[in-house]
Amino acid sequence: MTDAIAAEPRRPAGAIARLLQRKLALLGLFLILVVVLGAVFAPFIAPFAPDDQHFDGLTIEGAPLAPNETYILGTDLLGRDLFSRILFGARTSLIIGVVANGMALIIGTLVGITAGYFRGWIGSVLMRFTDLMMAFPALLLAICLAAIFHPSLWIVAIVIALVNWVQTARVIFTQTSTLAERDFIAAERTLGAGTARILFRHILPHLVPTIIVWGTLGISTTVLLEATLSFLGVGVQPPTPSWGNIIFENQTYFQSAPWLVFLPGAAIILLALAFNLVGDALRDVLDPMQRGRD
Amino acid sequence: MKPAADAALKSRSGADLAPDAAPVLMVENLTVSVRTDEGVKPLVRDMSFGLRRGETLCIAGESGSGKSITSLAIMGLLPPPAVRVTGGSIRLGETDLNTLGEAQMRRVRGDRIAMIFQEPMTSLNPVMTVGTQLAEAIRAHDDVSRSAARDRALAALKSVRLSQPERRMSQFPHELSGGMRQRVMIAMALALRPEVLIADEPTTALDVTVQREVLDLLRDLQRDTGTAIILITHDMGVVAEMADRVIVMRDGAMVEEAAARALFSSPRAQYTRDLLAAVPRMGQGALRPPVDNAPVARLCDVVVRFPIRGGVFGRTTHLVHAVEHVSFEIRKGETFALVGESGCGKSTIAKAMVGLVPHQGRIEIGQERLADMRGAAMQALRRRIQMVFQDPMAALDPRMTVGGQIAEPLLIHGIGDSAERRSRAADLMARVGLTVDQYDRYPHEFSGGQRQRICIARALALNPDLIIADESVSALDVSVQARVLDLLRELQVEFGIAFLFISHDMAVVDNISDRVGVMYLGQIVELGTRAQIFGNPQHAYTRRLIEAVPVPDPAFVRPVLDRLTGDVPSPVFAAGRGPKQVRLADVGGGHLVADGVE
Repeated sequence: MTDAIAAEPRRPAGAIARLLQRKLALLGLFLILVVVLGAVFAPFIAPFAPDDQHFDGLTIEGAPLAPNETYILGTDLLGRDLFSRILFGARTSLIIGVVANGMALIIGTLVGITAGYFRGWIGSVLMRFTDLMMAFPALLLAICLAAIFHPSLWIVAIVIALVNWVQTARVIFTQTSTLAERDFIAAERTLGAGTARILFRHILPHLVPTIIVWGTLGISTTVLLEATLSFLGVGVQPPTPSWGNIIFENQTYFQSAPWLVFLPGAAIILLALAFNLVGDALRDVLDPMQRGRD
Repeated sequence: MKPAADAALKSRSGADLAPDAAPVLMVENLTVSVRTDEGVKPLVRDMSFGLRRGETLCIAGESGSGKSITSLAIMGLLPPPAVRVTGGSIRLGETDLNTLGEAQMRRVRGDRIAMIFQEPMTSLNPVMTVGTQLAEAIRAHDDVSRSAARDRALAALKSVRLSQPERRMSQFPHELSGGMRQRVMIAMALALRPEVLIADEPTTALDVTVQREVLDLLRDLQRDTGTAIILITHDMGVVAEMADRVIVMRDGAMVEEAAARALFSSPRAQYTRDLLAAVPRMGQGALRPPVDNAPVARLCDVVVRFPIRGGVFGRTTHLVHAVEHVSFEIRKGETFALVGESGCGKSTIAKAMVGLVPHQGRIEIGQERLADMRGAAMQALRRRIQMVFQDPMAALDPRMTVGGQIAEPLLIHGIGDSAERRSRAADLMARVGLTVDQYDRYPHEFSGGQRQRICIARALALNPDLIIADESVSALDVSVQARVLDLLRELQVEFGIAFLFISHDMAVVDNISDRVGVMYLGQIVELGTRAQIFGNPQHAYTRRLIEAVPVPDPAFVRPVLDRLTGDVPSPVFAAGRGPKQVRLADVGGGHLVADGVE
């Protein structure tokens, strides 16, 4: 999502300054910063290596430990420190949630805007292909793609982007095709404006709210899709942690050790919320109708 | 409330007025306010009026004057929760409408007060047939059987003189034309014989000849039923034709209340006088010397057809014959007007001239043929021909500063550097009557008239030879309209620009054009100088257009018009067929008239 928006700012200084005046936006930025710093400095912050199975990390019966002094968030089913795993997992999840999701948004926006503006055979071909992708089970496709390429974090990110752009493309297509009918686009064409100018200077700004909404929704869906793929063995390979696969690995302990599912789940929600707060504020800041209401 | 000056016993529709009886509707000191962040702001202040049985009261005013808010307050339809009645009373007979709850109000609506709106398409449910909607409206208020409701619905459709009423019952709203839809709305409103009918700009979205019919219909129905009508309109011509009494509103307050004749003959308030002076009237245009310059644009046998595809393989089954064999030229520095009703193809010609729709035939701009242009040549041509659209809000990008939009044509054509473009745009803003400090504002911060000035400034940026004004003043209030027309005239003198002025409003066309082409169903049926068209109209359609224009004078006696039998024929023909081509014959002095008058 960040890339699609970065192309847009009209007067960056003013927009950023106004963004920083909003408390909720600041909160969102702060949360994102916390996650990013946690991911980057994970080796220095984490009390243990994420893959170490500790002898004292399980009860006598072999059940995970609840949060305690040594393991502040408890341990998982293999006796690994949950806090360390969540910290290292942030790296994977950030890459999936931001890069894979961002790529999906860019592909979806480009396909939607092209099909919506040009219509004709280009539009038909693109949208029929989008429909095909939508009808095809995303998981099956992801498994196929992941099986063909050797699974690694970046391959997983690309696979997720390739199955996740369809909804965005559909929505952007509909919006673009109504925008393209509006008089101000006709006015631009009579002025002699080129296609690139019309698409990126006059249509894209109107799509920003939609792109932001799909971008924030996409964070949780992509993070969870990655977890599903990992669970099926075609995602991030164990023992590399990600928020999604921590949930999946531990779901059998949901009854006896709910924190194992709850804490990484909360991390995903927090990340999505943070992007949502920033996205909302960004949408308002970029909307000229909202000016003067800060 | 004081009685109207000329308390005649008959209203203008011929309905009986009961001068002494208590009014049907009594509004006293009505104040409506909106709650905003800055506090409570009044939208309507201290409105008082009474409405008698059989009377037509017109509430006239420009946009934002509070006339629609008043009507919504009477209907109890103010948008909650921000807008509320904050003072005064509205009494219908013995009932105080303000004290009624929503459930009781719902019984009053439709049953005792009905309302019709400007845009009939949005007021009708698109997935229900006309008959079902009508019957349902009747059954909502009267406990009658389905078949009895259908009978009454059919009778209502007959009473609004809809052609083929049985067939209309089973049709959906989109299958009807705008005028037919408005008749259905009127049928629905009057089916329950309400005491009061509120008509909010009922004819604004309709063509003049259709407007004529709908106004006649309202008047006839009032005579038969005695319903009191509140007619809300911005059109002083409509006021003059319909009103018994008039209230002029401005900024939420009543400026003047008078009997119709008195208002037009001796308006008391200055605002009323200004408003009446701004109304374009036929035969008011200054005499302009004939323009004999070289043509800047020439159309020769231009044809535009749109395919309608159907069937499994998407073959073209029908064609919309939007423009058929149209030829005319526009000379340098002149104003050529194209008039006609919606769907006659006048806007399609404009779009073809700027290359927005493909055409057959020959369009020449300067000496060059439009169809041959590609790439750089087309770019160069675009500089010479510019367009101003009908709705300025729609024609401006809401997410770009107005200064940026005025400078954009210069940027597109690579003229000047950023500072030069900015100063040129600022000059243009000053020229069209805006101030330079508005450069960085956005379109929504301007009024309608100012927005149209922005569009005009943008069109001027490239110093074009020809500006196409497609209904450019139709959406503006009359006083604003007059000023924009003045501006266009000044710019024409100053820069020698030619205008192609596309309009449905004969009075405006009469005021600003040098030559006029009248279009009907994609073809030009009459073409000549303004004096020829308005002084000596030859074609039946031209005459009908001129006669249908509402005249802002209540004393004016309208010649009786033949009622249109059915609707304007459709320009859609099966593939391989087409409309009959008219031939234009010169009846003297270059005045061309189609033969075979229908």
